[in-house]
Amino acid sequence: MRKNLVLISLSAGLFLTLLATLTIGPIRIPFGTVVKILFSKIIPIPQTWPNNFYEIIINVRLPRILLGILIGGALSVSGCAMQGLFRNPMASPYVCGVASGGAFGASLIIVLGLPQVLIMPVAFLFSLLVVFLVYHLAKIGRRIPVETLLLSGIAFSLFFSALTSFIQYVAEEGQLRQIIFWLMGGLWASNWNKVLSVFPVIFLGILCLLYFSRELNILLLGEDHALDVGVDVENARKIILILGALTTSSAVATCGIIGFVGLIVPHLMRIIIGPDHRFLLPASCLCGSIFLVWVDTFARTLISPTELPVGIITALIGVPFFLFLLRRRKRLSGF
Amino acid sequence: MELKVLDLSFFYNSVKALEEVSLEVRGGEVLGIIGPNGSGKTTLLKCMNRKLNPKMGVVLIEGKNILGMSRKEIAKNIGFVPQLSSISFPFTVFDIVLMGRYSHTKGFRREREEDLSITQKCLELTGIKHLSKRFITEISGGEYQKVIIARALAQEPKVLLLDEPTLHLDMNHQIEILDLVKNLAQRKRLVVAMVLHDLNLAARYSDKILILKKGKIFASGLPEEVLNMKNIEEVYGIEVEISRSNKNGFLNIIPISARKKL
Repeated sequence: MRKNLVLISLSAGLFLTLLATLTIGPIRIPFGTVVKILFSKIIPIPQTWPNNFYEIIINVRLPRILLGILIGGALSVSGCAMQGLFRNPMASPYVCGVASGGAFGASLIIVLGLPQVLIMPVAFLFSLLVVFLVYHLAKIGRRIPVETLLLSGIAFSLFFSALTSFIQYVAEEGQLRQIIFWLMGGLWASNWNKVLSVFPVIFLGILCLLYFSRELNILLLGEDHALDVGVDVENARKIILILGALTTSSAVATCGIIGFVGLIVPHLMRIIIGPDHRFLLPASCLCGSIFLVWVDTFARTLISPTELPVGIITALIGVPFFLFLLRRRKRLSGF
Repeated sequence: MELKVLDLSFFYNSVKALEEVSLEVRGGEVLGIIGPNGSGKTTLLKCMNRKLNPKMGVVLIEGKNILGMSRKEIAKNIGFVPQLSSISFPFTVFDIVLMGRYSHTKGFRREREEDLSITQKCLELTGIKHLSKRFITEISGGEYQKVIIARALAQEPKVLLLDEPTLHLDMNHQIEILDLVKNLAQRKRLVVAMVLHDLNLAARYSDKILILKKGKIFASGLPEEVLNMKNIEEVYGIEVEISRSNKNGFLNIIPISARKKL
Protein backbone atom coordinates (compact mmCIF):
# COMPACT_ATOMS: atom_id res chain seq x y z
CA MET A 1 0.00 0.00 0.00
CA ARG A 2 3.06 2.16 0.47
CA LYS A 3 3.54 1.72 -3.26
CA ASN A 4 0.08 3.05 -4.06
CA LEU A 5 0.79 5.99 -1.78
CA VAL A 6 3.94 6.78 -3.77
CA LEU A 7 1.96 6.69 -7.01
CA ILE A 8 -0.75 8.97 -5.61
CA SER A 9 1.84 11.43 -4.29
CA LEU A 10 3.61 11.47 -7.64
CA SER A 11 0.32 12.13 -9.47
CA ALA A 12 -0.45 14.99 -7.14
CA GLY A 13 3.13 16.20 -7.56
CA LEU A 14 2.77 16.24 -11.32
CA PHE A 15 -0.46 18.23 -11.12
CA LEU A 16 1.12 20.78 -8.77
CA THR A 17 4.20 20.93 -10.99
CA LEU A 18 2.01 21.83 -13.93
CA LEU A 19 0.31 24.67 -12.06
CA ALA A 20 3.46 25.93 -10.36
CA THR A 21 5.65 26.03 -13.46
CA LEU A 22 2.93 27.87 -15.39
CA THR A 23 3.47 30.82 -13.06
CA ILE A 24 7.25 30.85 -13.53
CA GLY A 25 8.96 32.71 -16.35
CA PRO A 26 10.41 36.06 -17.30
CA ILE A 27 6.96 37.46 -16.52
CA ARG A 28 5.62 36.20 -13.20
CA ILE A 29 1.92 35.49 -13.44
CA PRO A 30 0.19 34.97 -10.10
CA PHE A 31 -1.17 31.54 -9.32
CA GLY A 32 -4.78 32.73 -9.12
CA THR A 33 -4.59 34.33 -12.54
CA VAL A 34 -3.12 31.16 -14.05
CA VAL A 35 -6.01 29.09 -12.70
CA LYS A 36 -8.54 31.64 -13.96
CA ILE A 37 -6.99 31.73 -17.42
CA LEU A 38 -7.01 27.92 -17.62
CA PHE A 39 -10.65 27.71 -16.58
CA SER A 40 -11.68 30.54 -18.89
CA LYS A 41 -11.24 28.03 -21.70
CA ILE A 42 -14.01 25.89 -20.24
CA ILE A 43 -16.36 28.21 -18.37
CA PRO A 44 -16.87 31.94 -18.99
CA ILE A 45 -14.88 34.01 -16.47
CA PRO A 46 -14.78 37.81 -16.75
CA GLN A 47 -11.35 38.81 -18.03
CA THR A 48 -9.28 40.65 -15.40
CA TRP A 49 -5.85 40.02 -16.93
CA PRO A 50 -3.96 41.59 -19.80
CA ASN A 51 -4.37 39.90 -23.21
CA ASN A 52 -0.73 38.88 -23.44
CA PHE A 53 -1.06 36.83 -20.22
CA TYR A 54 -3.53 34.59 -21.98
CA GLU A 55 -1.16 34.25 -24.91
CA ILE A 56 1.80 33.43 -22.61
CA ILE A 57 -0.06 30.83 -20.57
CA ILE A 58 -2.07 29.06 -23.26
CA ASN A 59 0.21 29.27 -26.29
CA VAL A 60 3.72 29.52 -24.84
CA ARG A 61 4.03 27.91 -21.42
CA LEU A 62 1.26 25.32 -21.50
CA PRO A 63 2.37 23.50 -24.68
CA ARG A 64 5.97 23.58 -23.50
CA ILE A 65 5.08 22.08 -20.13
CA LEU A 66 2.79 19.49 -21.68
CA LEU A 67 5.54 18.51 -24.10
CA GLY A 68 7.91 18.25 -21.13
CA ILE A 69 5.45 15.92 -19.41
CA LEU A 70 5.13 13.74 -22.50
CA ILE A 71 8.84 13.58 -23.28
CA GLY A 72 9.91 13.09 -19.66
CA GLY A 73 7.41 10.26 -19.26
CA ALA A 74 8.34 8.66 -22.58
CA LEU A 75 12.09 8.68 -21.90
CA SER A 76 11.70 7.38 -18.35
CA VAL A 77 9.24 4.60 -19.11
CA SER A 78 11.15 3.29 -22.08
CA GLY A 79 14.46 3.61 -20.20
CA CYS A 80 12.98 1.68 -17.33
CA ALA A 81 11.57 -1.01 -19.62
CA MET A 82 14.93 -1.42 -21.40
CA GLN A 83 16.85 -1.72 -18.13
CA GLY A 84 14.42 -4.42 -17.06
CA LEU A 85 14.37 -6.14 -20.42
CA PHE A 86 18.16 -6.30 -20.70
CA ARG A 87 18.63 -6.82 -16.96
CA ASN A 88 21.28 -4.20 -17.29
CA PRO A 89 21.39 -0.95 -15.32
CA MET A 90 23.02 0.95 -18.18
CA ALA A 91 20.64 -0.11 -20.93
CA SER A 92 18.41 2.42 -22.64
CA PRO A 93 16.79 2.90 -26.03
CA TYR A 94 19.64 5.32 -26.77
CA VAL A 95 22.11 2.45 -26.45
CA CYS A 96 20.07 0.50 -29.00
CA GLY A 97 20.70 3.22 -31.56
CA VAL A 98 17.68 5.52 -31.22
CA ALA A 99 19.75 8.58 -30.35
CA SER A 100 22.45 8.21 -32.99
CA GLY A 101 19.90 7.34 -35.67
CA GLY A 102 17.75 10.37 -34.86
CA ALA A 103 20.80 12.62 -34.73
CA PHE A 104 21.95 11.46 -38.14
CA GLY A 105 18.48 11.95 -39.67
CA ALA A 106 18.09 15.45 -38.27
CA SER A 107 21.62 16.53 -39.26
CA LEU A 108 21.06 15.22 -42.76
CA ILE A 109 17.95 17.35 -43.25
CA ILE A 110 19.67 20.43 -41.82
CA VAL A 111 22.83 20.10 -43.92
CA LEU A 112 20.91 19.45 -47.10
CA GLY A 113 18.93 22.62 -46.44
CA LEU A 114 15.62 20.79 -46.70
CA PRO A 115 12.47 22.22 -45.07
CA GLN A 116 12.50 22.20 -41.26
CA VAL A 117 9.21 20.32 -41.07
CA LEU A 118 11.05 17.26 -42.38
CA ILE A 119 13.37 17.09 -39.37
CA MET A 120 10.84 15.40 -37.13
CA PRO A 121 9.63 12.61 -39.44
CA VAL A 122 13.10 11.89 -40.84
CA ALA A 123 14.74 11.77 -37.40
CA PHE A 124 11.97 9.44 -36.31
CA LEU A 125 12.47 7.13 -39.30
CA PHE A 126 16.24 7.01 -38.89
CA SER A 127 15.90 6.20 -35.19
CA LEU A 128 13.70 3.25 -36.03
CA LEU A 129 15.90 2.22 -38.94
CA VAL A 130 18.98 1.98 -36.73
CA VAL A 131 17.11 -0.01 -34.06
CA PHE A 132 15.93 -2.32 -36.83
CA LEU A 133 19.51 -2.83 -38.05
CA VAL A 134 20.77 -3.36 -34.51
CA TYR A 135 18.07 -5.91 -33.84
CA HIS A 136 18.63 -7.91 -37.00
CA LEU A 137 22.37 -7.94 -36.65
CA ALA A 138 22.07 -9.24 -33.10
CA LYS A 139 19.62 -11.97 -34.03
CA ILE A 140 21.00 -15.47 -34.16
CA GLY A 141 18.36 -17.81 -35.51
CA ARG A 142 15.29 -17.11 -33.42
CA ARG A 143 17.34 -16.01 -30.44
CA ILE A 144 18.44 -12.49 -29.52
CA PRO A 145 21.16 -12.69 -26.89
CA VAL A 146 21.10 -9.57 -24.74
CA GLU A 147 24.86 -9.04 -24.81
CA THR A 148 24.97 -9.22 -28.60
CA LEU A 149 22.08 -6.79 -28.82
CA LEU A 150 23.82 -4.23 -26.59
CA LEU A 151 27.13 -4.63 -28.42
CA SER A 152 25.56 -4.30 -31.81
CA GLY A 153 23.68 -1.24 -30.51
CA ILE A 154 26.92 0.34 -29.41
CA ALA A 155 28.60 -0.51 -32.72
CA PHE A 156 25.83 1.01 -34.83
CA SER A 157 25.67 4.05 -32.55
CA LEU A 158 29.37 4.67 -33.11
CA PHE A 159 28.94 4.25 -36.84
CA PHE A 160 26.08 6.71 -37.12
CA SER A 161 27.78 9.14 -34.73
CA ALA A 162 30.74 9.11 -37.10
CA LEU A 163 28.43 9.92 -40.02
CA THR A 164 26.90 12.76 -37.99
CA SER A 165 30.37 14.08 -37.18
CA PHE A 166 31.16 14.04 -40.87
CA ILE A 167 28.01 16.03 -41.59
CA GLN A 168 28.97 18.52 -38.90
CA TYR A 169 32.43 18.80 -40.43
CA VAL A 170 31.13 19.71 -43.87
CA ALA A 171 28.21 21.86 -42.63
CA GLU A 172 28.20 25.64 -42.94
CA GLU A 173 28.43 27.86 -39.88
CA GLY A 174 24.68 28.40 -39.49
CA GLN A 175 23.82 24.77 -40.15
CA LEU A 176 26.46 23.60 -37.72
CA ARG A 177 24.94 25.73 -34.99
CA GLN A 178 21.51 24.34 -35.71
CA ILE A 179 22.79 20.75 -35.63
CA ILE A 180 24.56 21.30 -32.35
CA PHE A 181 21.44 22.80 -30.83
CA TRP A 182 19.39 19.87 -32.04
CA LEU A 183 21.88 17.37 -30.63
CA MET A 184 21.84 19.03 -27.22
CA GLY A 185 18.11 18.62 -27.02
CA GLY A 186 15.55 20.93 -25.56
CA LEU A 187 11.96 21.96 -25.36
CA TRP A 188 12.45 25.47 -26.73
CA ALA A 189 10.48 25.43 -29.94
CA SER A 190 7.40 23.91 -28.31
CA ASN A 191 3.99 24.55 -29.77
CA TRP A 192 0.61 22.89 -29.83
CA ASN A 193 1.41 21.28 -33.16
CA LYS A 194 4.32 19.35 -31.67
CA VAL A 195 2.31 18.39 -28.62
CA LEU A 196 -0.53 17.02 -30.68
CA SER A 197 1.67 15.20 -33.17
CA VAL A 198 3.68 13.23 -30.58
CA PHE A 199 0.86 12.71 -28.13
CA PRO A 200 -0.74 9.65 -29.83
CA VAL A 201 2.50 7.69 -30.28
CA ILE A 202 3.87 8.46 -26.84
CA PHE A 203 0.58 7.92 -25.05
CA LEU A 204 -0.06 4.58 -26.75
CA GLY A 205 3.57 3.55 -26.40
CA ILE A 206 3.54 4.18 -22.66
CA LEU A 207 0.20 2.40 -22.23
CA CYS A 208 1.44 -0.67 -24.13
CA LEU A 209 4.66 -0.75 -22.11
CA LEU A 210 2.64 -0.61 -18.90
CA TYR A 211 0.63 -3.53 -20.22
CA PHE A 212 3.80 -5.64 -20.35
CA SER A 213 4.78 -5.02 -16.73
CA ARG A 214 4.10 -8.60 -15.69
CA GLU A 215 6.27 -9.94 -18.52
CA LEU A 216 9.00 -7.45 -17.58
CA ASN A 217 8.90 -8.64 -13.96
CA ILE A 218 9.32 -12.23 -15.03
CA LEU A 219 12.00 -11.44 -17.62
CA LEU A 220 13.91 -9.58 -14.93
CA LEU A 221 14.43 -12.89 -13.13
CA GLY A 222 16.15 -14.30 -16.21
CA GLU A 223 15.37 -16.20 -19.35
CA ASP A 224 15.17 -19.60 -17.64
CA HIS A 225 12.61 -18.44 -15.08
CA ALA A 226 10.59 -16.77 -17.81
CA LEU A 227 10.45 -19.89 -19.98
CA ASP A 228 9.48 -22.00 -16.97
CA VAL A 229 6.41 -19.97 -16.12
CA GLY A 230 5.34 -19.71 -19.74
CA VAL A 231 6.62 -16.41 -21.15
CA ASP A 232 7.41 -16.54 -24.86
CA VAL A 233 10.76 -14.85 -24.25
CA GLU A 234 11.80 -14.02 -27.82
CA ASN A 235 8.41 -12.59 -28.68
CA ALA A 236 8.10 -10.54 -25.52
CA ARG A 237 11.62 -9.15 -26.02
CA LYS A 238 10.85 -8.16 -29.58
CA ILE A 239 7.58 -6.42 -28.74
CA ILE A 240 8.94 -4.53 -25.74
CA LEU A 241 11.99 -3.44 -27.73
CA ILE A 242 9.79 -2.14 -30.56
CA LEU A 243 7.53 -0.26 -28.13
CA GLY A 244 10.51 1.31 -26.37
CA ALA A 245 12.06 2.30 -29.69
CA LEU A 246 8.82 3.83 -31.01
CA THR A 247 8.21 5.85 -27.86
CA THR A 248 11.77 7.10 -27.55
CA SER A 249 12.11 7.79 -31.26
CA SER A 250 9.15 10.12 -31.22
CA ALA A 251 10.57 11.87 -28.16
CA VAL A 252 13.98 12.27 -29.80
CA ALA A 253 12.45 13.41 -33.09
CA THR A 254 10.58 16.20 -31.30
CA CYS A 255 13.10 17.42 -28.76
CA GLY A 256 16.50 16.14 -29.79
CA ILE A 257 18.66 14.06 -27.53
CA ILE A 258 17.83 14.76 -23.92
CA GLY A 259 20.15 12.56 -21.91
CA PHE A 260 20.07 11.06 -18.45
CA VAL A 261 16.32 11.32 -17.81
CA GLY A 262 15.75 7.78 -19.04
CA LEU A 263 18.72 6.58 -17.04
CA ILE A 264 18.42 8.25 -13.63
CA VAL A 265 14.67 8.43 -13.08
CA PRO A 266 14.06 4.65 -13.25
CA HIS A 267 16.99 4.01 -10.89
CA LEU A 268 15.71 6.55 -8.41
CA MET A 269 12.24 5.02 -8.50
CA ARG A 270 13.63 1.51 -8.14
CA ILE A 271 15.24 2.54 -4.88
CA ILE A 272 12.00 4.04 -3.61
CA ILE A 273 9.42 1.57 -4.91
CA GLY A 274 11.32 -1.65 -5.71
CA PRO A 275 11.71 -3.64 -8.94
CA ASP A 276 8.03 -4.50 -9.51
CA HIS A 277 7.22 -3.00 -12.91
CA ARG A 278 3.50 -2.83 -12.14
CA PHE A 279 4.41 0.09 -9.87
CA LEU A 280 7.85 0.98 -11.16
CA LEU A 281 6.77 1.88 -14.71
CA PRO A 282 3.96 4.30 -13.76
CA ALA A 283 6.14 5.77 -11.01
CA SER A 284 9.00 6.32 -13.48
CA CYS A 285 6.58 7.89 -15.94
CA LEU A 286 5.24 10.40 -13.40
CA CYS A 287 8.64 11.15 -11.90
CA GLY A 288 10.22 11.57 -15.35
CA SER A 289 7.55 14.09 -16.27
CA ILE A 290 7.97 16.06 -13.06
CA PHE A 291 11.77 15.98 -13.38
CA LEU A 292 11.91 17.16 -16.98
CA VAL A 293 9.35 19.94 -16.48
CA TRP A 294 11.27 21.37 -13.53
CA VAL A 295 14.65 21.05 -15.20
CA ASP A 296 13.25 22.78 -18.25
CA THR A 297 11.81 25.52 -16.06
CA PHE A 298 15.32 26.11 -14.71
CA ALA A 299 16.71 25.98 -18.22
CA ARG A 300 14.42 28.74 -19.43
CA THR A 301 14.72 31.01 -16.37
CA LEU A 302 18.19 30.54 -14.91
CA ILE A 303 19.98 33.01 -17.19
CA SER A 304 16.91 34.56 -18.81
CA PRO A 305 16.31 36.06 -21.25
CA THR A 306 18.70 33.47 -22.77
CA GLU A 307 17.92 29.79 -22.43
CA LEU A 308 20.19 26.92 -21.44
CA PRO A 309 19.79 23.65 -23.32
CA VAL A 310 17.93 21.33 -20.99
CA GLY A 311 20.32 18.47 -21.82
CA ILE A 312 23.15 20.35 -20.11
CA ILE A 313 21.19 20.64 -16.89
CA THR A 314 19.95 17.05 -16.89
CA ALA A 315 23.55 15.93 -17.26
CA LEU A 316 24.82 18.32 -14.60
CA ILE A 317 22.23 17.05 -12.14
CA GLY A 318 22.37 13.53 -13.52
CA VAL A 319 26.05 12.75 -13.18
CA PRO A 320 26.50 13.54 -9.46
CA PHE A 321 23.28 11.74 -8.76
CA PHE A 322 24.40 8.76 -10.74
CA LEU A 323 27.67 8.63 -8.83
CA PHE A 324 25.67 8.72 -5.62
CA LEU A 325 23.60 5.78 -6.89
CA LEU A 326 26.74 3.83 -7.70
CA ARG A 327 27.72 3.98 -4.06
CA ARG A 328 24.30 2.98 -2.80
CA ARG A 329 23.42 -0.42 -1.51
CA LYS A 330 21.54 -2.49 -4.05
CA ARG A 331 19.13 -3.95 -1.51
CA LEU A 332 16.01 -2.31 -2.87
CA SER A 333 16.82 -1.92 -6.54
CA GLY A 334 18.41 -5.29 -7.26
CA PHE A 335 20.93 -3.83 -9.71
CA MET B 1 -2.54 -39.02 -16.02
CA GLU B 2 0.52 -40.15 -17.85
CA LEU B 3 3.73 -38.76 -19.27
CA LYS B 4 5.26 -40.56 -22.21
CA VAL B 5 8.51 -39.74 -23.94
CA LEU B 6 9.19 -41.54 -27.21
CA ASP B 7 12.50 -41.77 -29.05
CA LEU B 8 13.81 -38.38 -27.97
CA SER B 9 17.09 -37.35 -29.59
CA PHE B 10 18.99 -34.11 -29.23
CA PHE B 11 22.20 -32.69 -30.66
CA TYR B 12 24.31 -29.77 -29.47
CA ASN B 13 25.37 -28.59 -32.90
CA SER B 14 26.55 -31.93 -34.23
CA VAL B 15 27.35 -33.58 -30.91
CA LYS B 16 24.79 -36.13 -29.94
CA ALA B 17 23.57 -35.50 -26.39
CA LEU B 18 20.50 -37.71 -26.27
CA GLU B 19 19.83 -40.81 -28.29
CA GLU B 20 16.38 -42.29 -28.64
CA VAL B 21 15.35 -41.93 -25.04
CA SER B 22 11.91 -43.28 -24.18
CA LEU B 23 10.21 -43.34 -20.82
CA GLU B 24 6.83 -43.50 -19.18
CA VAL B 25 5.68 -42.16 -15.80
CA ARG B 26 2.19 -42.31 -14.32
CA GLY B 27 0.49 -39.81 -12.02
CA GLY B 28 1.66 -40.11 -8.41
CA GLU B 29 4.94 -41.72 -9.45
CA VAL B 30 8.41 -40.30 -8.99
CA LEU B 31 10.99 -41.05 -11.64
CA GLY B 32 14.60 -40.54 -10.59
CA ILE B 33 17.02 -39.81 -13.41
CA ILE B 34 20.65 -40.55 -12.59
CA GLY B 35 23.93 -40.84 -14.43
CA PRO B 36 27.39 -39.30 -14.35
CA ASN B 37 28.09 -35.69 -15.40
CA GLY B 38 27.55 -35.16 -19.08
CA SER B 39 25.31 -38.19 -19.49
CA GLY B 40 22.42 -36.01 -20.68
CA LYS B 41 20.23 -35.77 -17.58
CA THR B 42 19.65 -32.02 -17.70
CA THR B 43 19.36 -32.10 -21.48
CA LEU B 44 16.63 -34.71 -21.20
CA LEU B 45 14.71 -32.60 -18.68
CA LYS B 46 15.08 -29.46 -20.80
CA CYS B 47 13.86 -31.28 -23.90
CA MET B 48 10.83 -32.45 -21.99
CA ASN B 49 9.54 -28.90 -21.55
CA ARG B 50 10.99 -27.68 -24.84
CA LYS B 51 13.56 -25.34 -23.37
CA LEU B 52 15.67 -27.24 -25.84
CA ASN B 53 14.15 -28.29 -29.12
CA PRO B 54 14.63 -32.02 -29.62
CA LYS B 55 15.58 -33.09 -33.13
CA MET B 56 13.42 -36.17 -33.01
CA GLY B 57 10.84 -37.75 -30.77
CA VAL B 58 7.70 -36.72 -28.95
CA VAL B 59 6.72 -35.83 -25.39
CA LEU B 60 3.12 -36.78 -24.67
CA ILE B 61 1.05 -35.67 -21.70
CA GLU B 62 -2.29 -37.46 -21.71
CA GLY B 63 -1.69 -38.17 -25.36
CA LYS B 64 -1.02 -34.54 -26.35
CA ASN B 65 2.34 -33.62 -27.79
CA ILE B 66 4.11 -30.94 -25.76
CA LEU B 67 6.42 -30.10 -28.62
CA GLY B 68 3.58 -28.57 -30.63
CA MET B 69 2.28 -26.34 -27.85
CA SER B 70 2.75 -22.64 -27.13
CA ARG B 71 4.95 -21.59 -24.23
CA LYS B 72 1.89 -20.79 -22.10
CA GLU B 73 0.28 -24.15 -22.77
CA ILE B 74 3.50 -25.93 -21.86
CA ALA B 75 3.63 -24.00 -18.58
CA LYS B 76 0.08 -25.10 -17.79
CA ASN B 77 1.15 -28.71 -18.22
CA ILE B 78 4.68 -28.75 -16.85
CA GLY B 79 6.17 -27.12 -13.78
CA PHE B 80 9.96 -26.86 -13.89
CA VAL B 81 12.39 -26.42 -11.02
CA PRO B 82 15.74 -25.54 -12.58
CA GLN B 83 19.20 -26.42 -11.36
CA LEU B 84 20.88 -23.79 -9.16
CA SER B 85 18.70 -20.86 -10.11
CA SER B 86 18.93 -17.57 -8.30
CA ILE B 87 17.05 -14.29 -8.16
CA SER B 88 18.84 -11.04 -7.38
CA PHE B 89 15.85 -8.70 -7.47
CA PRO B 90 13.92 -8.00 -4.28
CA PHE B 91 10.46 -9.31 -5.10
CA THR B 92 8.39 -10.69 -2.24
CA VAL B 93 7.98 -14.45 -1.97
CA PHE B 94 4.27 -13.99 -2.63
CA ASP B 95 4.92 -12.10 -5.88
CA ILE B 96 7.36 -14.76 -7.09
CA VAL B 97 4.85 -17.55 -6.49
CA LEU B 98 2.13 -15.45 -8.09
CA MET B 99 4.27 -15.34 -11.26
CA GLY B 100 3.47 -19.03 -11.56
CA ARG B 101 -0.07 -17.94 -12.45
CA TYR B 102 1.20 -16.11 -15.55
CA SER B 103 0.12 -18.82 -17.95
CA HIS B 104 -3.42 -18.74 -16.57
CA THR B 105 -3.97 -15.00 -16.86
CA LYS B 106 -4.57 -13.39 -20.18
CA GLY B 107 -4.69 -10.03 -21.87
CA PHE B 108 -5.16 -6.83 -19.92
CA ARG B 109 -6.73 -8.66 -17.00
CA ARG B 110 -5.02 -8.50 -13.68
CA GLU B 111 -4.68 -11.51 -11.41
CA ARG B 112 -8.10 -12.67 -10.34
CA GLU B 113 -9.20 -13.66 -6.83
CA GLU B 114 -8.64 -17.24 -7.94
CA ASP B 115 -4.99 -16.62 -8.78
CA LEU B 116 -4.37 -15.05 -5.40
CA SER B 117 -6.05 -17.90 -3.53
CA ILE B 118 -4.15 -20.55 -5.51
CA THR B 119 -0.92 -18.71 -4.73
CA GLN B 120 -1.87 -18.72 -1.07
CA LYS B 121 -2.63 -22.44 -1.21
CA CYS B 122 0.71 -23.25 -2.83
CA LEU B 123 2.52 -21.27 -0.14
CA GLU B 124 0.69 -23.36 2.47
CA LEU B 125 1.37 -26.65 0.68
CA THR B 126 5.10 -25.99 0.65
CA GLY B 127 5.10 -24.70 4.22
CA ILE B 128 6.34 -21.19 3.47
CA LYS B 129 3.22 -19.16 4.17
CA HIS B 130 5.06 -17.29 6.92
CA LEU B 131 7.62 -16.08 4.37
CA SER B 132 5.13 -14.60 1.91
CA LYS B 133 6.02 -10.96 2.65
CA ARG B 134 9.79 -11.53 2.84
CA PHE B 135 12.09 -10.64 -0.04
CA ILE B 136 13.25 -13.59 -2.14
CA THR B 137 16.76 -12.13 -1.91
CA GLU B 138 16.78 -12.42 1.87
CA ILE B 139 15.82 -16.04 2.56
CA SER B 140 17.91 -19.20 2.89
CA GLY B 141 18.73 -21.67 0.11
CA GLY B 142 16.28 -24.27 1.39
CA GLU B 143 13.50 -21.72 1.64
CA TYR B 144 14.33 -20.42 -1.82
CA GLN B 145 13.99 -23.89 -3.31
CA LYS B 146 10.55 -24.24 -1.71
CA VAL B 147 9.51 -20.93 -3.24
CA ILE B 148 10.47 -22.16 -6.68
CA ILE B 149 8.58 -25.41 -6.10
CA ALA B 150 5.55 -23.39 -4.91
CA ARG B 151 5.75 -21.29 -8.06
CA ALA B 152 5.83 -24.41 -10.22
CA LEU B 153 2.79 -25.74 -8.33
CA ALA B 154 0.94 -22.47 -8.87
CA GLN B 155 1.01 -23.29 -12.58
CA GLU B 156 -1.30 -26.20 -11.68
CA PRO B 157 0.76 -28.53 -13.84
CA LYS B 158 0.21 -32.19 -14.46
CA VAL B 159 3.93 -32.85 -14.56
CA LEU B 160 6.66 -31.58 -12.27
CA LEU B 161 10.26 -31.69 -13.51
CA LEU B 162 13.07 -30.99 -11.06
CA ASP B 163 16.73 -30.62 -11.95
CA GLU B 164 18.77 -31.51 -8.88
CA PRO B 165 16.48 -29.74 -6.43
CA THR B 166 18.73 -30.56 -3.48
CA LEU B 167 22.03 -29.30 -4.85
CA HIS B 168 23.94 -27.24 -2.29
CA LEU B 169 21.44 -27.91 0.47
CA ASP B 170 22.18 -29.37 3.90
CA MET B 171 21.20 -32.91 4.71
CA ASN B 172 18.10 -31.86 6.63
CA HIS B 173 16.91 -29.58 3.85
CA GLN B 174 17.57 -32.25 1.24
CA ILE B 175 15.25 -34.61 3.08
CA GLU B 176 12.71 -31.88 3.67
CA ILE B 177 12.55 -30.89 0.00
CA LEU B 178 12.37 -34.47 -1.28
CA ASP B 179 9.74 -35.44 1.31
CA LEU B 180 7.73 -32.49 0.08
CA VAL B 181 8.10 -33.52 -3.56
CA LYS B 182 7.18 -37.14 -2.87
CA ASN B 183 4.21 -36.02 -0.81
CA LEU B 184 2.99 -33.67 -3.55
CA ALA B 185 3.29 -36.39 -6.16
CA GLN B 186 1.07 -38.69 -4.16
CA ARG B 187 -1.47 -36.13 -2.96
CA LYS B 188 -1.92 -34.31 -6.26
CA ARG B 189 -1.34 -37.35 -8.48
CA LEU B 190 1.46 -35.42 -10.19
CA VAL B 191 3.90 -37.01 -12.56
CA VAL B 192 7.32 -36.23 -11.12
CA ALA B 193 10.64 -36.65 -12.89
CA MET B 194 13.77 -35.44 -11.17
CA VAL B 195 17.46 -35.49 -11.79
CA LEU B 196 19.45 -36.43 -8.71
CA HIS B 197 23.16 -36.76 -8.10
CA ASP B 198 22.95 -38.53 -4.79
CA LEU B 199 22.27 -42.24 -5.40
CA ASN B 200 21.07 -42.81 -1.85
CA LEU B 201 18.46 -40.10 -2.18
CA ALA B 202 17.50 -41.35 -5.63
CA ALA B 203 17.01 -44.85 -4.26
CA ARG B 204 14.99 -43.60 -1.34
CA TYR B 205 12.60 -41.28 -3.14
CA SER B 206 12.13 -42.74 -6.62
CA ASP B 207 9.47 -45.22 -7.61
CA LYS B 208 11.41 -45.83 -10.79
CA ILE B 209 14.99 -45.14 -11.74
CA LEU B 210 16.41 -44.28 -15.13
CA ILE B 211 20.16 -44.50 -15.59
CA LEU B 212 21.63 -42.49 -18.45
CA LYS B 213 25.03 -43.13 -19.90
CA LYS B 214 26.41 -41.03 -22.74
CA GLY B 215 22.94 -39.89 -23.78
CA LYS B 216 21.43 -43.35 -23.90
CA ILE B 217 19.30 -45.26 -21.44
CA PHE B 218 21.60 -47.70 -19.74
CA ALA B 219 18.99 -49.24 -17.47
CA SER B 220 15.57 -48.48 -16.07
CA GLY B 221 13.28 -50.07 -13.54
CA LEU B 222 12.65 -50.34 -9.81
CA PRO B 223 15.41 -48.85 -7.64
CA GLU B 224 16.39 -52.16 -6.03
CA GLU B 225 16.59 -53.85 -9.44
CA VAL B 226 18.54 -51.18 -11.22
CA LEU B 227 20.81 -49.86 -8.49
CA ASN B 228 23.13 -52.84 -8.23
CA MET B 229 26.89 -53.03 -7.98
CA LYS B 230 27.35 -54.11 -11.55
CA ASN B 231 25.31 -51.26 -13.10
CA ILE B 232 26.87 -48.59 -10.94
CA GLU B 233 30.34 -49.83 -11.65
CA GLU B 234 29.71 -49.84 -15.38
CA VAL B 235 28.17 -46.38 -15.48
CA TYR B 236 30.21 -44.53 -12.88
CA GLY B 237 33.40 -46.62 -13.03
CA ILE B 238 33.50 -47.01 -9.31
CA GLU B 239 33.17 -49.91 -6.96
CA VAL B 240 30.42 -49.58 -4.37
CA GLU B 241 29.09 -51.44 -1.43
CA ILE B 242 25.31 -51.72 -1.23
CA SER B 243 23.45 -52.57 1.95
CA ARG B 244 20.07 -51.97 3.47
CA SER B 245 19.46 -49.81 6.50
CA ASN B 246 18.30 -51.76 9.54
CA LYS B 247 16.12 -48.84 10.59
CA ASN B 248 13.98 -48.17 7.52
CA GLY B 249 15.09 -50.55 4.81
CA PHE B 250 16.48 -47.84 2.47
CA LEU B 251 19.37 -48.70 0.18
CA ASN B 252 22.80 -47.50 1.27
CA ILE B 253 25.26 -47.05 -1.54
CA ILE B 254 28.78 -46.35 -0.41
CA PRO B 255 31.70 -45.82 -2.79
CA ILE B 256 34.70 -48.08 -2.15
CA SER B 257 37.27 -47.26 -4.80
CA ALA B 258 37.69 -46.11 -8.35
CA ARG B 259 38.07 -49.23 -10.45
CA LYS B 260 38.55 -48.32 -14.05
CA LYS B 261 38.62 -45.54 -16.52
CA LEU B 262 35.43 -45.17 -18.53
